[in-house]
Amino acid sequence: MRKIWFVTAAIFVVAMGGVASAEAPGDPTAVKSEDGKYLDKDGNPTYKVAPDGTVDWYTYSGYRRYHSECHVCHGPDGMGSTYAPALKDSLKSMNYADFLGVVASGRKNVSTSQENVMPAFGDNPNVACYMDDLYVYLRARSNDAVERVRPAKHEDKSEAYGKAEDACMGHNDKK
Amino acid sequence: MRKMLYATGLGAMAVFAVGAASANDELHKMSQNPKDWVMPTGDYTNQRYSKLNQINAQNVGKLQVAWTFSTGVLRGHEGGPLIIGNMMYVHTPFPNKVYAIDLSKDNQIVWKYEPKQDPNVIPVMCCDTVNRGVAYGDGKIILHQADTTLVALDAKTGKVEWSVKNGDPSKGSTGTSAPMVIKDKVLVGISGGEFGVQAHMTAYDLKTGKLVWRGFSEGPDDQILVDDKTTELGKPIGKDSSLKTWQGDQWKIGGGATWGWISYDPELNLVYYGSGNPSTWNPKQRPGDNKWSMTIWARNPDTGVAKWVYQMTPHDEWDYDGVNEMILSDQSIDGTPRKLLTHFDRNGLGYTLDRATGELLVADKYDPKVNWTSGVDMNKSSPTYGRPKVLDAASTDKAGEDHNVKGICPAALGSKDEQPAAYSPDTQLFYVPTNHVCMDYEPFKVSYTAGQPYVGATLSMYPPPGETNMGNFIAWDGKTGKIVWSNKEQFSVWSGALATAGGVVFYGTLEGYLKAVDAKTGKELYKFKTPSGIIGNVTTYENGGKQYVAVLSGVGGWAGIGLAAGLTDPTAGLGAVGGYAALSNYTALGGTLTVFSLPQQ
Repeated sequence: MRKIWFVTAAIFVVAMGGVASAEAPGDPTAVKSEDGKYLDKDGNPTYKVAPDGTVDWYTYSGYRRYHSECHVCHGPDGMGSTYAPALKDSLKSMNYADFLGVVASGRKNVSTSQENVMPAFGDNPNVACYMDDLYVYLRARSNDAVERVRPAKHEDKSEAYGKAEDACMGHNDKK
Repeated sequence: MRKMLYATGLGAMAVFAVGAASANDELHKMSQNPKDWVMPTGDYTNQRYSKLNQINAQNVGKLQVAWTFSTGVLRGHEGGPLIIGNMMYVHTPFPNKVYAIDLSKDNQIVWKYEPKQDPNVIPVMCCDTVNRGVAYGDGKIILHQADTTLVALDAKTGKVEWSVKNGDPSKGSTGTSAPMVIKDKVLVGISGGEFGVQAHMTAYDLKTGKLVWRGFSEGPDDQILVDDKTTELGKPIGKDSSLKTWQGDQWKIGGGATWGWISYDPELNLVYYGSGNPSTWNPKQRPGDNKWSMTIWARNPDTGVAKWVYQMTPHDEWDYDGVNEMILSDQSIDGTPRKLLTHFDRNGLGYTLDRATGELLVADKYDPKVNWTSGVDMNKSSPTYGRPKVLDAASTDKAGEDHNVKGICPAALGSKDEQPAAYSPDTQLFYVPTNHVCMDYEPFKVSYTAGQPYVGATLSMYPPPGETNMGNFIAWDGKTGKIVWSNKEQFSVWSGALATAGGVVFYGTLEGYLKAVDAKTGKELYKFKTPSGIIGNVTTYENGGKQYVAVLSGVGGWAGIGLAAGLTDPTAGLGAVGGYAALSNYTALGGTLTVFSLPQQ
């Protein structure tokens, strides 16, 4: 379900003319929640950090997935590396739709002075099934809502999330 | 009659051996000339020791920059140049340029080679677009490109003589390692341990580029090239030694990458190299010992068949690749001269083995902070002989998926990574560039997709609790397994060392310093800050009667990724965040070769 929904979003981005809608992500304040997922006033996924530091499940899950799939190029905690940009900064100007488009389809920035290539992760369930998690975590980082290092406390994984995750990852039909 | 036949057979074999050995003899002889540096590793022993002594402990403090050369490439510059007579060959990371420079003509560029490669290979290279250097043999310069093309260039003109594909980048294979010419063959490994590649060591014919043999790190016996005489710790490994240690077909995506350095003993006719981590990083997903990942291999270079193997980290739980170099030396242990192989593994143990038989002599921690194991079982009659004892507190397999195991030392980048150590026969000490970093490691379930990362663990890295230095440069006695001296470095030392007959040891630092230290005491004698952080290997040569020391700077590699923003200590609370030095405050990108010499008298 998550995957289908995600693919729809990616198609929408392509229809809009690639990755360049260039609208800033807007106010990250969560106005409602659905099964542990928080949404901003535009309906885009966002983070929620309680006064005692407890983060929502997506932020926590995003932290974990980021430090498996993304950090080998983009550095720890979205801080960037000698090799790839700091997503903590990129997400300040990149909105949800742009983010999905770039992660799904990749991006090339090759010139005589640099050769930055982001691969397409649309076919990789380890990334594609966790797009929202990654976005929410990086959105939180870009707004300094969570510090570097692993969030100490987090909300539980919701039942709906667990079901969608298993379906997307194909955990019940292993090859 | 039988005897005669036998004699004839021997004669024919001898003739054959001479023919096959000619290219090797030429190169082996060339590597004995201290004025040149004809192999990426200096010579077949991988000692990285030079007999040159014009620059010595007394005068090295006067060293100055003789000339510099910009490579025109920004990414991480590993490895170092070759020097053959008046010619120097400098390689770069992707796009893998090669420059041939005439040292006798004011360092003019005689030819330049730049392959056209699909930039889609860039993100398949796990940790920067590094390349560890070119090889020379039979008048050719051999380059292993990022896209796994192995190409032979005419050393005089740069013209392509042959080219062959060593792997498929769309399935996650890439080329980062330096090839090695042995006899009439070119040996080359492959990268892709984080992409589920069934990795291999491959020998190509030096004249034609035709594949001669390929030995995989895991799989059926006819793929891993073992036979009934192949042993581990003196015992035959038996049939299906690899298949029995994997669940189902998992060996087909089993990793065991081979991107480290290669050494060779011409008398024993054995090549040595290590295999890397099993894929994925989630140990729960691949039950078994996962043989022969994490293994020291001793293969016959003519046939590829393994004489012996030794798996250092069965069923890896931390990404402790076994790819680091195997240094060959002849030393006496308890009064008996031994042909030794010494290896500083990512897992933090320094191993000394008999390189003829694979007998394990020493396995000790070369960083006192190593805490995942209480040590290797050295009792020959024990059922767990040769295995490391894994401590429960550091076992990510025992903790299981979705559990974060804290405070494991070393971190996944190991107590040492690919940056090669040096050995001086004068002091009988090894000089080892090390990382001093620990980690939290949380494995979780991942799916395999061809050509996509296949990692399956979240990790964060930081210096050992209570310490701020992320590296040490140490002197190690391989006979006893003891640290003789240890110099703290702010960052991991990610540069290959050089030992010389002048009693000086050289290495580079991630801030960009080239340092010279006293071989006996470790006392710093000289330092100079090059244009960028150093992850290259220090080289020396003589030209026109003068000794030079050369090193590539150009920060990057895994060190550049992990340390650029600075590490954080998850145990220290929010107040300490950012308390460790960020490499980006010390250096920026850019490839430069800096060449040093003593001032004119």
